[in-house]
Amino acid sequence: MPQTDLAGTDEAPADAPELAVTVRGVSKNYGSVEALRNLSLDFPRGQLTALLGPSGCGKTTLLKIIAGLLEPSAGEVRVNGRPVTGPGPDRAFVFQDFALLPWATVLRNVAFGLELRGVARAEREAIAERYIAQVGLSGFEQSYPHELSGGMRQRVGLARALSVDAEVLLMDEPFSAVDEQTRRKFQEDLLGLVARENKTFIFVTHSIEEAVYVSDQVAILLPRPSRVSEIIRPQGLRTKDVANIRRDPEYLDIVDRIWNSLRSYVE
Amino acid sequence: MTHRSLILKLLSAAIVFGAWEIAGRIPISFAFPTFIDSMAALFAMIADGSLFAAFGETLRPLAVGVAISAFFGIVLGLWIGLSGWFDWLFSPIFVVMQAAPLAALIPLLVMVYGIGLTSKVFVVCIMAMPVIVLNTAGAVRNTPASLKEMGRAFLGNRRDIILKIVIPAASPIIFSGLRLGVSAGFIGAILAELKITPTGVGDIITYSRSVADYPSMYAAIFSIIVLAVLFLNLLERLEHTLFRGNIRGYASD
Ligand SMILES: Nc1ncnc2c1ncn2[C@@H]1O[C@H](COP(=O)(O)OP(=O)(O)OP(=O)(O)O)[C@@H](O)[C@H]1O
Ligand SMILES: [Mg+2]
Repeated sequence: MPQTDLAGTDEAPADAPELAVTVRGVSKNYGSVEALRNLSLDFPRGQLTALLGPSGCGKTTLLKIIAGLLEPSAGEVRVNGRPVTGPGPDRAFVFQDFALLPWATVLRNVAFGLELRGVARAEREAIAERYIAQVGLSGFEQSYPHELSGGMRQRVGLARALSVDAEVLLMDEPFSAVDEQTRRKFQEDLLGLVARENKTFIFVTHSIEEAVYVSDQVAILLPRPSRVSEIIRPQGLRTKDVANIRRDPEYLDIVDRIWNSLRSYVE
Repeated sequence: MTHRSLILKLLSAAIVFGAWEIAGRIPISFAFPTFIDSMAALFAMIADGSLFAAFGETLRPLAVGVAISAFFGIVLGLWIGLSGWFDWLFSPIFVVMQAAPLAALIPLLVMVYGIGLTSKVFVVCIMAMPVIVLNTAGAVRNTPASLKEMGRAFLGNRRDIILKIVIPAASPIIFSGLRLGVSAGFIGAILAELKITPTGVGDIITYSRSVADYPSMYAAIFSIIVLAVLFLNLLERLEHTLFRGNIRGYASD
């Protein structure tokens, strides 16, 4: 399986040093279904980009193409300036359906990415334990996925992606299975994560509020065949206190604007 | 939990044996002995050692055949499940094998391989292998695509994905195929002894029927069933130790 090189060996490419991921003219057809058509989008390094769009518009497809799990029918994706030809150590994926191993404990599931990379057991379990604690699952290390709630399973998937320490995190509706309180807590944690770690987050969501709340930029996708219809960059929100964002006039404005542009497709 | 299932097992055994005893006492046929008579014959055969000698004979083709079927059955099944080309080539053979009336093939086997161990092992394999192959192949083909995708996303190579994702995911169905295959192998071993040359347990059955010693005949049949059940339980134990997480709350506990 072809892979891009380790990020460490990487001289900053001349064309776009501050762009972690660039998507250029990507199309994807599933047989006769045209999921994406000529989609282009940039993902600045260290920022969180939300992909927002109606169900079935191709968000998961785009994310999997960036991950190197799917081949685009046309176009090109670059990560750190290098064309993507398959999965690589610079990207980690949080799956919409969790994709946990039902026969493995939480600990082994979280450590599984490291296990596949050949990290020694003691080391990978120490790392996994740290991330299990970080997502609030301490005490469940030896539980099996079927013993966890949907939200807890989702956190296991999140911890697994975090523990491989990839530069780019591809998150497919990571908070869809949790209740509103937990969701808000996760969103705050995510903001902390974005601020703390210099990682690039690509985040799929159905929630306009969530997208505006957590993102540096929101890309709005049109229904199939999907292209980017609009990119919105909330300006002043990042510097404000997390607790007050939801009352901020700019936040409310943007939510309104996105709703207005999406509404035409719902109707 | 295990307590309740043990009690249930004992209870169902008691019902079966009770029915057997009653049926033997009516009697439904003069050739059908009571449970108690059969057990007496069983203990007599255990006491004089003839049962163990018979098992020694019967278990040889059975053990060899089951081992071959399990190993090659799983390997072939994995191959068939993983490669469309292999599937196209081999699947029909095993589907036909599973459906074919085996007894009709025995004379042919005897013609080619004689009346020795080889023919008997073949009979066991023909009985046991198809279901193991087909179950394994089906289970492998149905590995959740999202798990394989996850393996690829986290940089698993093909070998890792097969060993750490495909096989564990398929293991419950592989094991159920093994259980069915082993049961069929037991039938095959006895069938071989009845149809090819009477040896071992098959010999006891043939001989005691010819002298109308029906309790001994049923005792022999009973003993082979007990052995099969014990072996199947052992297999289940093995599955649970190998794949702990597979015990995802069965209805019985
Ligand atoms: N393997 C596939 N084969 C055929 N069509 C597919 C396949 N995967 C996705 N599609 C189609 O491509 C379109 C985009 O699917 P995708 O999963 O990317 O949507 P999505 O935006 O993630 O939707 P949701 O928000 O509901 O998760 C859908 O219309 C779907 O029918
Ligand atoms: Mg999706």
